[in-house]
Amino acid sequence: MGRYILRRFLQLIPVFFGTTFIIYTLVWAIPTDPFAGKCGQRPCPASYIEVMRAKFNLGDPLIVQYFKYLGRLLTGDFGETFAGLSVGKLISTAYPVTVRLALIAVLIEAVIGIGAGVLTGLRNKGFLDNLVLVSTLFLISLPVFVTGFVLQIVLGVQWHLISPTVSRAATFGELIVPGFVLGSLSMAYVARLTRTSIAENRHADFVRTAIAKGQPTKRVVGIHLLRNSVIPVLTLLGTDLGALMGGAIVTEGVFNINGIGGQIFRGIQDKEGVLVTGIVTLLVLVYLLASLLVDLLYAVLDPRIRYD
Amino acid sequence: MSESVYDGATGTFVSPQAREAAEAEPLLEIADLRVEFRTRDGVANVLNGVSYRVSVGETLAVLGESGSGKSVTAQAVMGILDTPPAFVTGGEVRFHGENLLAADADRRMAVRGDGIAMIFQDALSALNPVFTVGFQIEEQLRVRRGMTRADARKRAVELLDLVRIPGAARRIREYPHQFSGGMRQRAMIAMSLALDPEVLIADEPTTALDVTVQAQIMDLLAEIQRERDMGLILITHDLGVVADVADRIAVMYAGRIVEEADVYSLFRSPGHPYTAALLESLPRLDLKGQELRTIKGLPPSLTDIPPGCPFHPRCAMAADVCATTVPEFRHLGDGRASACHFAGEMQSRG
Ligand SMILES: Nc1ncnc2c1ncn2[C@@H]1O[C@H](COP(=O)(O)OP(=O)(O)OP(=O)(O)O)[C@@H](O)[C@H]1O
Ligand code: SF4
Ligand SMILES: [Mg+2]
Repeated sequence: MGRYILRRFLQLIPVFFGTTFIIYTLVWAIPTDPFAGKCGQRPCPASYIEVMRAKFNLGDPLIVQYFKYLGRLLTGDFGETFAGLSVGKLISTAYPVTVRLALIAVLIEAVIGIGAGVLTGLRNKGFLDNLVLVSTLFLISLPVFVTGFVLQIVLGVQWHLISPTVSRAATFGELIVPGFVLGSLSMAYVARLTRTSIAENRHADFVRTAIAKGQPTKRVVGIHLLRNSVIPVLTLLGTDLGALMGGAIVTEGVFNINGIGGQIFRGIQDKEGVLVTGIVTLLVLVYLLASLLVDLLYAVLDPRIRYD
Repeated sequence: MSESVYDGATGTFVSPQAREAAEAEPLLEIADLRVEFRTRDGVANVLNGVSYRVSVGETLAVLGESGSGKSVTAQAVMGILDTPPAFVTGGEVRFHGENLLAADADRRMAVRGDGIAMIFQDALSALNPVFTVGFQIEEQLRVRRGMTRADARKRAVELLDLVRIPGAARRIREYPHQFSGGMRQRAMIAMSLALDPEVLIADEPTTALDVTVQAQIMDLLAEIQRERDMGLILITHDLGVVADVADRIAVMYAGRIVEEADVYSLFRSPGHPYTAALLESLPRLDLKGQELRTIKGLPPSLTDIPPGCPFHPRCAMAADVCATTVPEFRHLGDGRASACHFAGEMQSRG
């Protein structure tokens, strides 16, 4: 197991170099002028552009720029935006908000998705089953911004149950509805996967044994059946955590949340290569770590799996 | 007074006579049990009036071809049939005289494992793959007996020792897939004994194992049965496997018991042509080299059981009456019974 983890960590290194390089060059491939509109209504004076180009090594070939950036990155310096803001600081304010949002989304996915999946998986076809099937289909087919706007208007504007936009502090309470919106698509998939998994295992021999042992129904379902059925679902949830953070941009836009989505959006518009690369590289690392964690969890949950 | 025996079940001292009487009364009795499976292809009459009984300290073998309903009977006794598609449509399952089929869910749960326990054919799929063997045994003791973790662990190690798993204290932390087939079946037996059941149902406990291990498991079961004075129901399709350990044998065909007898009489003079055919299909030392005789034809489709005696399309002795009239399950004396119109003739011939 130890060797497996080490190998997985070593794999992170090439991925780190690969993504930073690709993102960095991609941002520069966007055909916009980083200094357009930076100086009010008029084009920026040549002298200003000269200074900026020198400061950010913009005269160097792209590859040289990248390695200079990388060198600083490896010492922990994320660099500065053209406006002189520390990217490290921007990341440290924006990331926790998005992480919180994504965690809430995963939590809601897990609780509602698994709950609905278990309830329907245990039953044969019937009203509840149809209700969940139809509502998950509904959630799957609705784009996130529609769910977002509808909840914002109904809960926030008409019923005043929540504030329609999230404050700078972005507390847990404020993020529940946005988290629901963000997680709604995957929640539907979680519910369906759980349902299938439970329905499959429900007639398994080991479940029959647990009943024949005289274990109470609560334990048969909650321990014997659930533990076996939830393994594929956890994989889905784990990989989703990374995907949700990257995909939070729309939800963050709708609820005016100051997370990384807005930063990436602005960064791409303004050709802030350093900012975009920093944020996206972290996203990729989070994604990889989450999937490593899922693999390890998998081995804990299913002792038949051995990685060595 | 000196003759009195302590009765653990009632916590009283009883005279030997009273004890004998209690023993003669069956511990578990199945009477005219009927189960049907309602499937898309129609209704399959899987059990058509099964009756058998087992008393304290007795081993009953239930013998029959694949599909004759042995497992379904056991599942109906345990109350673990999948409904739907299976429905109990008649009969009784009496445990100490109480009809379990009429009992509520809590009562049934209480009987499982404690009154009647069951072990299954394939221990690999019957044990939960994601929990240790220890957890699955201790769970019984903790949940059903309210034991502490430590006590349950101690008792579980004792149980593994009892079924002779070497290094029990260490192996208790292992998962089912880390056990060999024979050890896994032993672990399952240990698990079934956790609550000291009065009746143990073993559904083909050795079919998945190789021959030498089969004999060991069978001996172990017989020994445990003797020591604990349990009622043991051994389900099998292999007469050779149970001949040494069973007291009585019930032969099943198409969801009915067609013959019941003690082992010696059954071997000496079978009271039903189906039993006779089964005996002839056993490999015999004195006929070594000759081709084994098999029963010709196939068991009937359970959605379409032939009228009259269900065995008549395959029976060498069949007469006209067999195609029209269902033979009654008649007692022949000496605790024997058979469902054949010509059971008497068969007996006098043997
Ligand atoms: N879930 C089910 N759905 C439909 N029919 C079933 C189901 N389970 C069992 N049966 C039918 O019930 C009949 C009896 O099955 P059972 O498992 O009791 O046979 P058995 O005597 O135990 O045979 P074996 O020696 O193969 O274990 C079979 O013909 C089978 O087709
Ligand atoms: S009743 Fe007839 S058909 Fe059935 S077993 Fe007896 S002789 Fe054969
Ligand atoms: Mg069977």
